[in-house]
Amino acid sequence: MAKSEEKAMEVPEQELVPTEEMERTRERRCFIPKTDIYETEEDIVVVADLPGVDQNSIDITLEKNILTIAAFGNPTLPEGFNLLYAEYEPGDYQRSFRITSDIEHDEIEAMVSNGELRLRLPKADSAKVKKIPVKTG
Amino acid sequence: MYRRYRLPSMWRDMDQLQQEMNRLIESSLRSRTLRPLGFPAINVWTSDDGQVITAELPGVSADDIDIEVTADTLTISGERNPDQFERDMQPHRRERKFGEFSRTIQLPFIVDTDKVDAVLRDGILEISLTRAEVDKPKKIAAQSA
Repeated sequence: MAKSEEKAMEVPEQELVPTEEMERTRERRCFIPKTDIYETEEDIVVVADLPGVDQNSIDITLEKNILTIAAFGNPTLPEGFNLLYAEYEPGDYQRSFRITSDIEHDEIEAMVSNGELRLRLPKADSAKVKKIPVKTG
Repeated sequence: MYRRYRLPSMWRDMDQLQQEMNRLIESSLRSRTLRPLGFPAINVWTSDDGQVITAELPGVSADDIDIEVTADTLTISGERNPDQFERDMQPHRRERKFGEFSRTIQLPFIVDTDKVDAVLRDGILEISLTRAEVDKPKKIAAQSA
């Protein structure tokens, strides 16, 4: 891999800044997870990095085309050790996206492995691209 | 009298400004972590008997991680594989990075290489390193002649 790409991997996590309208109830810091979004003919695929989060502590909601991912980390700190040096901080994650296509709400799939969330949002029939065959006259 | 009625709105603005400033200062002071010097970002925990090093490796499977320990250096290397691209997949947003990574950490002691333990759980790698017996300080009792 090129050196420049490696540099890009070092970008620290951005923190979610609390605003006047929304204040968090937990004291833990909340980060914006890095996310990839793809679209295929059939689905919208959302992949988010959620290190330190297991399948039981993720809330996914889709309401009025707003997809919200909220995840709560539950770190186990090494017992009998003191923190000497820190480059990251375990925390919570939250992020919302506006989904522009109609989604089949009942068929949404979510999977977590190795701290990576993979969401598959199948498009409703009305949102699928219809190809119109062109006939020769 | 005119002034007395005008003032409160100004104080309200001042209060709001002060609140905003406090929030800004608080948020900058709360950053307790250092900027990562490489990928993955690591935390180092220490005790008299050794260290625990944790690293954030989301989306990397245990098979793709190599851990090497020599006398007093630890190397974490591996590869983060990109998503399998399906046919006709259109990217909307690409923030996650992929590729090979390698990071070497200098430890403040000689490691007992037989007692190194590494666990990967939910994208967090935890490596336990025990200080070798030969490296531990030895107490020598002074004898009176």
